[in-house]
Amino acid sequence: MAQAEVSIKPTEAQGGHGHPDKWKWYDYFTFNVDHKVIGIQYLVTSFLFYLVGGFMAVLMRTELATPDSDFLSPELYNAFLTNHGTIMIFLWIVPAAIGGFGNFLIPLMIGARDMAFPKLNALAFWLNPPAGAVLAASFFLGGGAQSGWTSYPPLSEITANLPQTLWCVALIMVGTSSILGSVNFLVTIWKMRVPSMAWDQMPLFCWAMVATSILALFATPVLAAALILLTFDINFGTSFFKPDAGGNVVVYQHLFWFYSHPAVYLMILPIFGIMSEVIPVHARKPIFGYKAIAYSSLTICLVGLFVWVHHMFTSGTAPWMRIFFTISTLIVAVPTGVKIFSWVATLWGGKIRYTTAMLFAVGLLSMFVFGGLSGVTLGAAPFDIHVHDTYYVVGHFHYVLFGGSVFGIYSGVYHWFPKITGRMLNEGLGKVHFVLTFIGTILTFTPMHNLGMQGMPRRVAMYDPQFAHLNQLVTVGAYILAVSVIPFYINVIWSWMAGAKAGPNPWNALTMEWTTDSPPIIENWEVLPVLTHGPYEYGMDKADQVGPAGEPTEATRV
Amino acid sequence: MKQIPAPFWTLVLGIAVTLISLWVGQNHNLLPVQASEQAPLVDDLFGVMVTIGTALFIVVQGAIVYSMIRFRRRKGDDTDGPPIEGNLPLEAFWTAIPSIIVVGLGLYSVVVFQEMGGFSPGGHHGHGAMVAMAPQQSVIDVAPLLAQMGPGENADADVYSKSQVYGFGASPLLQPNQPDVTVNVTGMQFAWIFRYPDTGITDGELHIPVGKDVQLKIEAQDVIHSFWVPQFRLKQDALPGEPGELRFVATREGTYPVVCAELCGSYHGAMRTQVIVHSPEDYADWVASRVAEATSTTTVAQPLENPSDAEYLAAMVKDRPTAIAPDLAQSPVQIAQMDHTQMDHGAAQNP
Repeated sequence: MAQAEVSIKPTEAQGGHGHPDKWKWYDYFTFNVDHKVIGIQYLVTSFLFYLVGGFMAVLMRTELATPDSDFLSPELYNAFLTNHGTIMIFLWIVPAAIGGFGNFLIPLMIGARDMAFPKLNALAFWLNPPAGAVLAASFFLGGGAQSGWTSYPPLSEITANLPQTLWCVALIMVGTSSILGSVNFLVTIWKMRVPSMAWDQMPLFCWAMVATSILALFATPVLAAALILLTFDINFGTSFFKPDAGGNVVVYQHLFWFYSHPAVYLMILPIFGIMSEVIPVHARKPIFGYKAIAYSSLTICLVGLFVWVHHMFTSGTAPWMRIFFTISTLIVAVPTGVKIFSWVATLWGGKIRYTTAMLFAVGLLSMFVFGGLSGVTLGAAPFDIHVHDTYYVVGHFHYVLFGGSVFGIYSGVYHWFPKITGRMLNEGLGKVHFVLTFIGTILTFTPMHNLGMQGMPRRVAMYDPQFAHLNQLVTVGAYILAVSVIPFYINVIWSWMAGAKAGPNPWNALTMEWTTDSPPIIENWEVLPVLTHGPYEYGMDKADQVGPAGEPTEATRV
Repeated sequence: MKQIPAPFWTLVLGIAVTLISLWVGQNHNLLPVQASEQAPLVDDLFGVMVTIGTALFIVVQGAIVYSMIRFRRRKGDDTDGPPIEGNLPLEAFWTAIPSIIVVGLGLYSVVVFQEMGGFSPGGHHGHGAMVAMAPQQSVIDVAPLLAQMGPGENADADVYSKSQVYGFGASPLLQPNQPDVTVNVTGMQFAWIFRYPDTGITDGELHIPVGKDVQLKIEAQDVIHSFWVPQFRLKQDALPGEPGELRFVATREGTYPVVCAELCGSYHGAMRTQVIVHSPEDYADWVASRVAEATSTTTVAQPLENPSDAEYLAAMVKDRPTAIAPDLAQSPVQIAQMDHTQMDHGAAQNP
């Protein structure tokens, strides 16, 4: 390892630590301020909610195996579609990608002992479990919110008032958590890098988290405002969104999407960061176009704030808006394309290891190409008019959120599980998991595009019988996806208890988190590390030991 | 034997990808039949996007699959790959090409949007026919009034007096004209009501003549709905308190589904009816038969209580009916919309 751990000065000079040498299992259930504990808390919690949201999806797909409403009551179906979306976004992808990986990795990647504001960090996490409890309560106190994760008024104001209010409260809680977390990430990355790390020596995951945090800071307060107004309309007789009392239903949509479009970048930018870490390590090649990838994250962050009306092309939007937001939306394709091309170029000429982490990363790449292209078609208003609010949209966003974000989370888990737990995941089970997930994803989400274009709207419990065959195919795909998580959860639980010991750096990776023990000790390093090379300098050092093929040998690096 | 130079294979591959993409763009068969003047415009735009998308898909997925096979780690090789950190001309190339493509697509979208009438919703909303929306007026009272009323005289009669109407108006060619048929479309949980102000007809299905300039004035009574006819490629949300419009010329006789595309409550999925595009003669017959029916019974099929929007919404808040809007229980409208199984989709689909 070229990473030199030169001693600067022992930090315990400030006087004794208030913590033990090693966390006990019950420390993970407490208000612990260690960023690694909080990261694991986020990850474990979100993986539990993933099962809940997935269970709802399976029930919905079972209902949709037949055209008639014959399995769930329509009200329960709507409650499931609302809470499936809400849980998968706010209690699964966002907390797993940002809260989980962000908290665990950021300090380790920049050579910090913890986040800038550890107590704030713990507070941000502990807003999540009660939010989940409030959502669960909404089911027992009135059958759950039923107006979709978008909760457009007037429907949300006249349907299931108490559950809808609880839904708003839960979202305001996770939104607050997100704002607190973002402040923490920005300050940590700005101020707490080891002195030897320049901006352009930061791992790309950190760049992605900078972009994510800026976006969350700008956008999330607007969602909170919209939900507070909605809560007041429902409970306290205000009429912000009541058309018969001088309110306006379209204003809510603007407020909602001003957050919720950036929210899709909140869910994909950290994943892009994970991609930029996983691919170079397992392709044994430097990332191709470091600066282009870093700046494209910031470009997506900036442009992403100005595309929200593309969710409202058929709503109360003036012609100029429909055109302006068509063009701004199409522009997002450029920085996204830059990333995809850069990752493909990173693969090109590498020595690709078929690890499960890599398979999920490449699977993501493949899925995202398709999801990105269908996204461009949706950006063009004239075509979006036809497919808006249809299964085409459902297919598209599951391609980017499941084929994108969820694949990325899986990839990250397979890549960093050794660091987080000190043990390796079982690669055989991992590959079974990957194959099932890959097939299930294509089978579930591809036919949805056809359904939407042919005329099937989204969010329906009953549909035209002509769509039955494609829907049955989708349902089969969904069942495969449901089965696919079984080997994964078995793998994680079993490996965590009894997997092979990982050692500090099982992948021979060059970023800083791999220079400490697995799992890292409390406060991360005995002495703070010093950066001697960039994060992606694979195949670069010790030119004197270049092998016969003109390539440096692995032995020179270790 | 000389080896064939690499540029030759690149050229062959390029031509193959281009040809395949062009073919896929023309022959994807993903969209239902075209039944309005807007539909071919939308489909051509989609075809271009499919062509470009197919080319990009093949190239990128091809590169991924090729890399995964060609550049896989061989047994016993624990070395790293070559330390290539970037290539500025290549990166400039793959930034510039997508930029050009999206700018081109953006401009093309603007042209299509304009030809569809996207820039002129509400362009001629002063049509005198609107007075018939006032529900207390029966068909017999309204007809003579309409004959005398010029355009624009009662523009303040309803929400269409608002300066902003959302949706699609007349295409540039038709803009100087008044529409041939105007229909007031009202969405409510869980039905569409179609009122013909010129004749006083009210129906649960939309009947229109082929080849005529049709204007739909779209409103919602309770929550947001969305009026969609897939074969027309047109959709506009029905927003409470905000007027919407779709103006189009149907180009193909047949029966097509009318779908509610915005979640509107528990029976959202059942909020389906149909649009029947008649030949002009059949349409005239239909109008005549409906007017005769209405005159003979002297009542129009209306919601029994005729609640205003405010009253209707207030009732919804208080009582929250769990099933179909109760006012409509006896209306033929309700029966028509519930009986969606009779819809003749086969005829409307690809032959």
